Amino acid sequence: MKRSEGTFEGVWTLGETRNGEINPVSYELLAWGRELADKRGTTLASVVLGHDIKDKVESLIQHGADIVYVVDHPGLEHFAPDVHAAVLEKLVREVMPEIFIASATTYGRTVMPLLAGKIETGLTADCTGLDIEANSGLLIQTRPAIGGNVMATIKTPNHRPEMSTVRPRSRKPLAKDESRTGQIIEKTYPDGLFNSKVRFIDFIKDETTALPIQEAEIIVSGGKGLKDGKNFDLVRELADLLGGSVGASRQAVDLGWIPYSHQVGLSGKTVSPRLYVCAGVSGAVQHIAGMSSSDIVIAINNDPDAPIFKVCDFGIVGDALEILPILTEKLKALKATTNK
Amino acid sequence: MRIAVLVKQVPASDKVKMDEETGTMVRSALDAELNPLDLYAVEEAIRIKEKTNGAEITVVSMGPPRAVDAIKEAIAMGCDSGVLLSDKVFGGADTWATARTLSAALEKLGTFDLIFSGERATDGETGQVGPSVAAQLDMPALTYVSKIRQIGDGKIVVERAIEGGHEVVESSLPALLSVVKEINEPRMPNLTGKIRARKTEVLTMTAADVGLDSSTTGLTGSPTRVVKVFYPSMSRNGTIVDGRDPDDAVQKLLQFLNEKALV
Ligand SMILES: Cc1cc2nc3c(=O)[nH]c(=O)nc-3n(C[C@H](O)[C@H](O)[C@H](O)COP(=O)(O)OP(=O)(O)OC[C@H]3O[C@@H](n4cnc5c(N)ncnc54)[C@H](O)[C@@H]3O)c2cc1C
Ligand SMILES: Nc1ncnc2c1ncn2[C@@H]1O[C@H](COP(=O)(O)O)[C@@H](O)[C@H]1O
Repeated sequence: MKRSEGTFEGVWTLGETRNGEINPVSYELLAWGRELADKRGTTLASVVLGHDIKDKVESLIQHGADIVYVVDHPGLEHFAPDVHAAVLEKLVREVMPEIFIASATTYGRTVMPLLAGKIETGLTADCTGLDIEANSGLLIQTRPAIGGNVMATIKTPNHRPEMSTVRPRSRKPLAKDESRTGQIIEKTYPDGLFNSKVRFIDFIKDETTALPIQEAEIIVSGGKGLKDGKNFDLVRELADLLGGSVGASRQAVDLGWIPYSHQVGLSGKTVSPRLYVCAGVSGAVQHIAGMSSSDIVIAINNDPDAPIFKVCDFGIVGDALEILPILTEKLKALKATTNK
Repeated sequence: MRIAVLVKQVPASDKVKMDEETGTMVRSALDAELNPLDLYAVEEAIRIKEKTNGAEITVVSMGPPRAVDAIKEAIAMGCDSGVLLSDKVFGGADTWATARTLSAALEKLGTFDLIFSGERATDGETGQVGPSVAAQLDMPALTYVSKIRQIGDGKIVVERAIEGGHEVVESSLPALLSVVKEINEPRMPNLTGKIRARKTEVLTMTAADVGLDSSTTGLTGSPTRVVKVFYPSMSRNGTIVDGRDPDDAVQKLLQFLNEKALV
């Protein structure tokens, strides 16, 4: 949609559900949205599509939304990409928000380009920074590209809404405020809109209970330097203790030590945890591409010239197989004393 | 069955430079390669062809004339023909304008049952072009596909690698699939393939050929504008300690984590 087509107003975030519950990434997104809406002097709305979800959306208001648009229909229980995009298109054309942001999850990264493709507007992928330009009021979107080697600042001057996906973990959610009030608006559409060409069959759950690495606050990664797949247990144990998830270099994945969903880097996942610990990872550019936006990076490697030491905040030059167990042990001891 | 594979030529992953004035990538002086993540799309298309009688694969790319090399690489692996969308007015396209051009060309080229794209290109890293093409052609987009379970009778059953597991879905055809690395192990082109690629004429199409007005292509047709680029400093100048005394090293690490309130 062209900016000149009408008056676009308000900031929207796309709420996300998982297993019938509001996914916490939706609250992170609201923290971004709140700041943008306040700077722009407008309202913040969150949009949620799902089934049996309308009684659960109050939490979005408690985390910063002024308005929640909810579309509740059996056809939205699973992610039918064509239907989700069609419903969002209807809603956007009807209400005409100025800004619409979503999490850069597999959901956001699928439905937002579908929507942008339909309504002809810009979409900036996987942003790590969002702001409002003082004079123009335009959304300023900052994102890494080319394996994190370059940061680009992007605007959508003449199309609306201004849309982006935002990297999970790039913001902490606002504290829940149960006294916050807002408006919940349920939208209904004819059943025909919910007919999908895609049918859900099954979901095969990963056996691990840990968060997917893209959403983890803490990641402990292992590389080829661990020497053997069974030594990944050392990484797993530390990750469990820290309440984090397990990452890996491509070498470790290619050797079959751990599934691909754990791979960090250019051909794996891009992550932004608060703490990234890696052991036996050399720090090839393609690996760094996936983890350079982590807050704190800890490296354990026996080669003092390994490139990972240039991009870490704290490094230990030593044998990972020796250091990891000691670290786990001392952390356990520390936990035991603080829990007393 | 007709299959299209969308491939992009990208700068070799460790040799990229940007022009800070214009916010564009400096490509000329670099080694270029077929986007590594598109190899999985090419491979999967070839596997379907090998299993299905009479499937035909067209490789489609938008880029400068030398992007023909990327197309030839895909043909050498086993694809049948190639189309390069090349025109000055395509330059500077964002994902929407790229998808506009690709979909216009795909429509010109006839009906495809399946369109493959890579998960993302290693330069722009958006992963948006595939789904945007699907939206513009009004077909379902199956993203993050890690396995094709079944194909036939106008239907496809795939697994999608999403957070926390794999989702199994069925879709009608035509559909667009963006695939992840997990899906297969791409083959190396053999000699016969290389010879065939050399002999194959790649069709070049301009904006006029695909029936697009220059106002909807390239930089002019792009809703987004890159207004600034900068190089973040990757180096962190961290504290490095000797691990030959592991107890001492770990102690120092714990102290560091404690100062950062991480433990
Ligand atoms: C197109 C492309 C895409 C790629 N995508 C990715 C990607 O997404 N992710 C990725 O990770 N890589 C990627 N790579 C591969 C990348 O270039 C490296 O090959 C890979 O990251 C190396 O993995 P590694 O650090 O585990 O292994 P190595 O490079 O072999 O490093 C092992 C390290 O362990 C150290 N070591 C050995 N023994 C010990 C010990 N006992 N204790 C402590 N340290 C020890 C060694 O000193 C060495 O530094 C990609 C490459 C290409 C070409
Ligand atoms: N210029 C292009 N020509 C053909 N295919 C492209 C082009 N750009 C992107 N693609 C396809 O879209 C996928 C995602 O690219 P991107 O959205 O740029 O990350 C790539 O893996 C390609 O399959």
